[in-house]
Order: sequence, then C-alpha cells, then structure tokens
Amino acid sequence: MTWVNQVVQGIFLGGYYALLATGLSLMFGVMRIINLAHAALALVAAYMAVLLVDHTSLNPWLTLLPILPGALVVGYLLQRTVLERSLRAGELVPLLTTFGLLIIIGPVLQRAYSPNSQSLDPGSLNGKGWSVTSSIRISAFAALTLGVAIAVLGLLHLFLTRTRMGREVRACAQDPDTAGLVGVNARAVYARATAIAVATAALAGVFYGLRTSFTPYDGGTQLIYAFEAVVIGGLGSLWGTLWGGIALGVAQSVGFQVNTQYGPLFGHALFLIVLVGRALLEQRGVPALRLRRARAEATTG
Amino acid sequence: MTLLQVESLDVRHGLLQAVREVSFELGEGETLALVGANGAGKTTLLRSIAGAHRPAAGHVLLDGKDITRVPAHERVKLGIALVPEGRRLFPGLTVEENLLIAGANGRPGPWNVKSVLEAFPLLEPLRRHRAGSLSGGEQQATAIGRALMTNPRVLLLDEVSLGLAPVAVDGVYRSLEKLIESGATILLVEQDLGRALKVASRIACMLEGRIVLEGTPAELTRERVTEAYFGLKRSVPA
Repeated sequence: MTWVNQVVQGIFLGGYYALLATGLSLMFGVMRIINLAHAALALVAAYMAVLLVDHTSLNPWLTLLPILPGALVVGYLLQRTVLERSLRAGELVPLLTTFGLLIIIGPVLQRAYSPNSQSLDPGSLNGKGWSVTSSIRISAFAALTLGVAIAVLGLLHLFLTRTRMGREVRACAQDPDTAGLVGVNARAVYARATAIAVATAALAGVFYGLRTSFTPYDGGTQLIYAFEAVVIGGLGSLWGTLWGGIALGVAQSVGFQVNTQYGPLFGHALFLIVLVGRALLEQRGVPALRLRRARAEATTG
Repeated sequence: MTLLQVESLDVRHGLLQAVREVSFELGEGETLALVGANGAGKTTLLRSIAGAHRPAAGHVLLDGKDITRVPAHERVKLGIALVPEGRRLFPGLTVEENLLIAGANGRPGPWNVKSVLEAFPLLEPLRRHRAGSLSGGEQQATAIGRALMTNPRVLLLDEVSLGLAPVAVDGVYRSLEKLIESGATILLVEQDLGRALKVASRIACMLEGRIVLEGTPAELTRERVTEAYFGLKRSVPA
C-alpha cells in the first residue's frame, strides 16, 4: 500500500512542478524562449517573501500581494530590456542571456542573505491533511498546491482563448510578423507574456519556500525539474505541463520508494524515455505528438 | 487627391537591392496594379509601404505625412492594411478570431465582423473553423476580410490569385470589384496581367526593382507591358 501512497504523493508533488513549469512552458510556446533563469527567479520571490516576513512579520501568504505585481513588472522589464534584444540577435541567444541571469542570481542571493537555508512557515496549514486510508495521507498544503496549479492553468487557458489580449498572444506566437500587419504591437504582447510567466514563477517560488527549506543555489535543480515537466508534457502545450508535472512527480516518488537516493533519478529516466521515444516515433512518421506543431498551436492548450 | 506617395524608395534584403529608387503616387479612389516577374521587387515594395520592411532610403507619405519610420502596427491605425502574399492567416485561430484581432487594432468605420461576413458570404458557415483548415479561396477571402476589418484608407493586396483555382480567383475578384466600386483606394500586385488590366485604373510594371512602365490600361497594350515585364526592349543589361 505504500506504493499507492507514493503514487498519490507523487501526484501532489506534480502539482508543484506543474505550477513551476507553467511560466517556462508559456515563454517557450509564445516566444520560443527557454528561460533558464525561470526557477532562479522563482527562488528570488521566495527570498523576497523571507525578507518581508523577517522585517514586517507579515503572514507568508500575504507576501504574495506585493510579490506578484512586482513579478509582473520584473517580467515585463526583463523582456523589453534583455530578452527582446537577445531574440533579435538569434534564436539561441536568449539561452545564453538567461543562463547568465541564472548563474548571477545564486551568488547575489547568497550575499544578500546567507548560504544557510531559509524557509517560510505555512502557519495553520502545518501538518493538516486527510488520512484516506491507513497508509495514504494527503497533506492539505500539497492539495492546495495542486489546486492552485490547476487554477492557474485554467485561468491562463481562459485568458488565451476568451480575451482580446490572449488572442493577440496566440497570434504573436504563431506569426509575429503578420500580427504587426494587423495592428498588434508584438513587442508589447511578448512583454506581457513574460510578465505573466515571471508572475507564475513567483507564485511557485513562494509555494516552494512554504513547502521546504531552500538555499541560494536551488534555482539550478528546480529548473531541471521544471524543464523535464515541460518536455514530458509536450513542448508548447499548456495543459501538457500539468500532466508532465504529475508524471514527473509520480516518477520521482516511486523512485524515492525504491531507494531514498533514487527519486530524481527516476524522474530523469522518465524524461529521457519520453524524449527518445518521441524522437523515434517522429522518425517513423507518427504525427508529431505536439512537438512540431508547437509553433502553430502554441499555447492553445 | 493624393493619398499615398512613395519617393525614391530603396529597399534591401541584406546586400541585395530589391527596390531601386521607386517613386509613384496613388490618388484616393484609384486602383494601381503592380505587375512584374517573380523577384522584381513587388512584394518587398508592398511590405515597405505597410511597414514590415525598413527601407534603406526614400520616403513613404500618407496624406502628405512622412510615415517612413512608423512601425507596421501603427501604420494600421493610420489606415494602411496589407493582405500578405500567401494569405498568412493565424492558423490556430478561428476565422472569427482572425477578424476580431484586426478589428480590435484598426480604425473605426463601416467594416466589422457582420459586414465582412456579408461581403464574403462563403465565410459565414466557417466562422468558428480554424483558419488553418480552410481551402485556398476561403483563406484568401478571410485574409481580405481581415485587412478590411481595420477600415483602411489604402488597401494593399499581394498576389491574391496565387495558388488558387480559377473559380476561386473569380470569386475573389468579384469581391474586389465591389470594393473598387465603393471607392476604395487599392494597390494591387498581380501576376495575371489580364485580370490586372481589367480591374486597375493604372498599371505599373516593375523589373529588377525599378518601375519601367506606367500608364492606364487604355494607354498600354499587352505587348508593351509584356516587353517591359521581361525587359525585352533593353539593349544593355541593367
């Protein structure tokens, strides 16, 4: 029965991965930018939350109120100043610039705080949960995280399919040149997409801080997990990020059950199997499972 | 009244000069047809007028105002709309969404989703279909409708007959004729000389980036245009 419990835990862990990976998936789907600093930016938000809690005794959950709008602004500026220019220089240049951002963030956070681990206190949610059976326990916090992930994806889906701005995002994802010809300011649209992506990263970062203790250099490992979740779910598919996150979470939990050192390893194995499997299927002419059509169908879920 | 002026426009693709010192005027209500072989520079010229391609030299003026440095999305708000070569609809969006995007970013005017669907009745049952799943003729109608949604003062049409069955082209040109009758100002690139001669009030022929012949259909015979098209009367290579 502990296997079943591990799978259940894995599903909820997947909720966190999906939440973290959403912004990464969005930026790739809309702008073909792989933001290697994505998880590091999430970490910055966690540190911001710690800062606010330490200096103002604010409830950690309420730190989201200033952090999310701040993240929107940071994302907007990041696109307009750095990423826009990087994109102009070539499709792969943003990889370099965001990598640079990633490796700067670690030492900066360490200097600003300390190398010691920090954490946020979820307060009344601590320890709460439901025992579904004698060996299956669902933590309230984990359930909340999964719920928030689904809600964010749902809101994003509605935004993209039902609003004017969302329509423009989809159009720019498919053909930014023609978007300009029908009056859409593609640069502003891209900046908005990045703003949303960084805001979701910030949300995930605060949840990360509430989940576990964290250190300044966590941005790298968390990015790997987010990236794996996106790829497993299918590049360019928003809802795929949810399934990919869950699959990754389950793989890691099952691996952990096999041996406490094997958690991430099982996740990496799943990632590689999916990657190679897709490549082989494409070679055989099986219609691309989302990968190739990412451009045309990007972010329509 | 002159609506659009192009003055000594030079447009390059990297080191290749696609448009050389092109100048012409387009008056309100006129239909100017641009003909020429592939590679003559017609599409590049249209894209520069629409703002999608920065010229190396020269000016584009709308209503006397210099818009050469104005980006494409702002030119739409000033009244220039381009129906691009190859339609270039947003494939993942529905027909209606393609129209709505343009409408939300254009000028106020008589064109909206309802009036566009009335002008192109074949699109009415296709409203919620993905634009990528439409036939060539349906896509062309959608592309023209999308440009009209911005209520343009000058409509630029790039090779609307390309890749379409003759029946579909007939349909497109019927709609075009109605537009022309209603007084629209149109700059149209067309490879089919017969259709161009029938529809236009003026013709200009481009060759290797320059305008080599200009005149009304009455003044120009097919022979003269064909010679200019292929550069047959030149004694020295340009």
